[in-house]
Amino acid sequence: MTTIALAPLAVLLPLIGFLVNGLAGRYLKKEWLIGTLGSAAVGAGFVFGCILFNELLALPADDRAHVITIFPWIAAGGLQSAVAYQVDPLSVTMLLVVTGVGFLIHVYSIGYMHGDPGYWRFFSYLNLFVFAMLNLILADNFLLMFRGGEGVGLCSYLLIGFWYDRDFEKGTTADAAKKAFIVNRIGDFGFLIGMFLIFMTFGSLQFQSVFGQAGKFDIGTPVMVAITLSLFLGATGKSAQIPLFVWLPDAMAGPTPVSALIHAATMVTAGVYMVARCSLLFALAPISLQVVGIIGAGTALFAATIGLVQNDIKKILAYSTISQLGYMFLALGVGAFSAGIFHVVTHAFFKALLFLGAGAVIHALHDEQNIRKMGALKGPMPVTYWTFLAGALAISGIFPLSGFFSKDEILWQAFAGEHWILWAMGLTGAALTAFYMSRLVTLTFEGDARWASGTHPHDAPGTMAVTLILLAILSVLGGIFGVPASLGGGNAIGHWLEPVFRPALDRLPHAGAENHTLEYVLMAMSVGVALAGIFIARNWYLKRKDVPETLSNRLRWAYTTLLNKYYVDEIYDAAVVKPVVTGSEKLLWRVVDVHVIDWSVNAIARFTAAVGRTFRLVQTGVIQSYALIFVVGVVAILAWILAH
Amino acid sequence: MSVPLPYYLGLSAVLFAIGVIGVLSRRNVIVVFMSIELMLNSVNLTLVAYSAFLGDITGQALVFFVMAVAAAEAAVGLAIVIALYRNKQTVNVDDINILKW
Repeated sequence: MTTIALAPLAVLLPLIGFLVNGLAGRYLKKEWLIGTLGSAAVGAGFVFGCILFNELLALPADDRAHVITIFPWIAAGGLQSAVAYQVDPLSVTMLLVVTGVGFLIHVYSIGYMHGDPGYWRFFSYLNLFVFAMLNLILADNFLLMFRGGEGVGLCSYLLIGFWYDRDFEKGTTADAAKKAFIVNRIGDFGFLIGMFLIFMTFGSLQFQSVFGQAGKFDIGTPVMVAITLSLFLGATGKSAQIPLFVWLPDAMAGPTPVSALIHAATMVTAGVYMVARCSLLFALAPISLQVVGIIGAGTALFAATIGLVQNDIKKILAYSTISQLGYMFLALGVGAFSAGIFHVVTHAFFKALLFLGAGAVIHALHDEQNIRKMGALKGPMPVTYWTFLAGALAISGIFPLSGFFSKDEILWQAFAGEHWILWAMGLTGAALTAFYMSRLVTLTFEGDARWASGTHPHDAPGTMAVTLILLAILSVLGGIFGVPASLGGGNAIGHWLEPVFRPALDRLPHAGAENHTLEYVLMAMSVGVALAGIFIARNWYLKRKDVPETLSNRLRWAYTTLLNKYYVDEIYDAAVVKPVVTGSEKLLWRVVDVHVIDWSVNAIARFTAAVGRTFRLVQTGVIQSYALIFVVGVVAILAWILAH
Repeated sequence: MSVPLPYYLGLSAVLFAIGVIGVLSRRNVIVVFMSIELMLNSVNLTLVAYSAFLGDITGQALVFFVMAVAAAEAAVGLAIVIALYRNKQTVNVDDINILKW
């Protein structure tokens, strides 16, 4: 118990790191000092996480939820909100992932950001991000969670636009940062509405109080549907799902460690975490759960198809992130909450690895991101190649790497829950994932060298290489936390998280009896399609290079549609951005602002001035005339008093 | 038998009126200033008269306050007059009318 009360320290340390680096970093000068400070703050958080994890393991399964109140934050009428942290299996799992993977990425950044003039700024932002993220996942009420969400949104904005003077696509990185911020704002709007509804319904924003009362509601109560759909809108913003995914690909404008930390491993899982945290509310609204599943599966498939044809190494990984997040929501939608969280964990491992590997490649080729200008990097960069390959195989779901267990658990639960269509979409997505990841590996590391002959790519040095290797080990072995019973495992993570999700699971229809034969068949199918995807990609991009060419020519319209990401950006631009901008300018500015607001303000000013011009003539400047008026006034008042 | 109260009040009222008229009609700042002193002293006279008449010491105590404030006011006022004279070479109030629109 005593050590559990120390949990807030894990949150506090990154804040201290942020303050020290943010305020004094400019004067610290030494990169190793700044980097070590930043990494240590997060690494210490990981140590605390491990201690907490041990502590919770020692307790009985039903006694693993603890709330530590730091101080009351807002007390206004019925609204009581405290800065309080909840330590339970779910939040500790997330804590371990955020600080563990976060620590490795911090260490990687020590090398990656070497020589950058904003070195201290970078590390202070990263620490601030970890602080906000820990607030989000450890919060014991919706308000603090929301504040954490705002914090990570802010850090995401700051870090996407970190190189604010660089060009990015059609604009600058600042445009990409703004886009991320604004799109997230739309999601936050949904989350806010959800919070209002929760407060109206339950009179509290505290998790335990809300969930305690929610248990008394019937399944399918309309207000539950409204609450959960609003919350889910928030989740689509943070976790880049249809329809709010457009910001994530642009978020690649930031430095690569940022993409790894924020836009792959941690922040984007905030939405998944939030839905999992509110699993009971979602279980009470089957319609919302269905929406979550459909959006998730839809996004998984949709983003995977876009990933097929992209040529920017980070863009491919970005769409793959969106796609994998889709799987997580698919899992939540079919009621496989712990499978969804399991995928969050394994995805954090291999996606961070892939991004950091991509960063090493980009570094080696002097900021080249186009995979058509890569190739044959296997020889000069063996460490990067092998670790990247491990990550790619893991995400493709090849047995027995981590991605296999988590993705297969999701697909199996979807199938067992008789969500055939969602399962089929997921399976197709898995095949596409294997294809585009394999295409990425092949074009980047194998075949002919297409980079300029002057460059001499080589493996990343010291800290960067170590991080890659550690993450590769995690990506390969990460599955052991969730080996299903059918493969002789104990599904440890499932049992660990089970107390958190039990209230929700009790309200969901139960899948039929376990059927191991069917499970084996499905596993074989998913590994089969993954292998097929890999095989086809290797064949096309190594031997039959004419096939993709002819295919893209024959299916020109499909190819251009995919290459242009289904024109979603253009559609949003035409349907939302343009009308808002034009309307703001033509109507709100030139008519409402100029002719209504400005005019009335000016009219009031003109009126005041005219009145003043008239009455100021009274002020003659001759003191004696003032005194005369004063005396006359006194006499008049005295006369009046005497008369009455 | 001492002088009855209305006499004091009458004298005081006359002195006060003279002071007011002086303030309003004279053009020399020094004279205006002296007229103000006259008004203050007429009030003092009223206070003392009532104090004696009512047998209450408070009125006399108040007079000391008034005199103390009047002394301070005189110091400040004369300082202003001197500063004014140095700047404008005049103590005629008609010429000192810059505090206006």
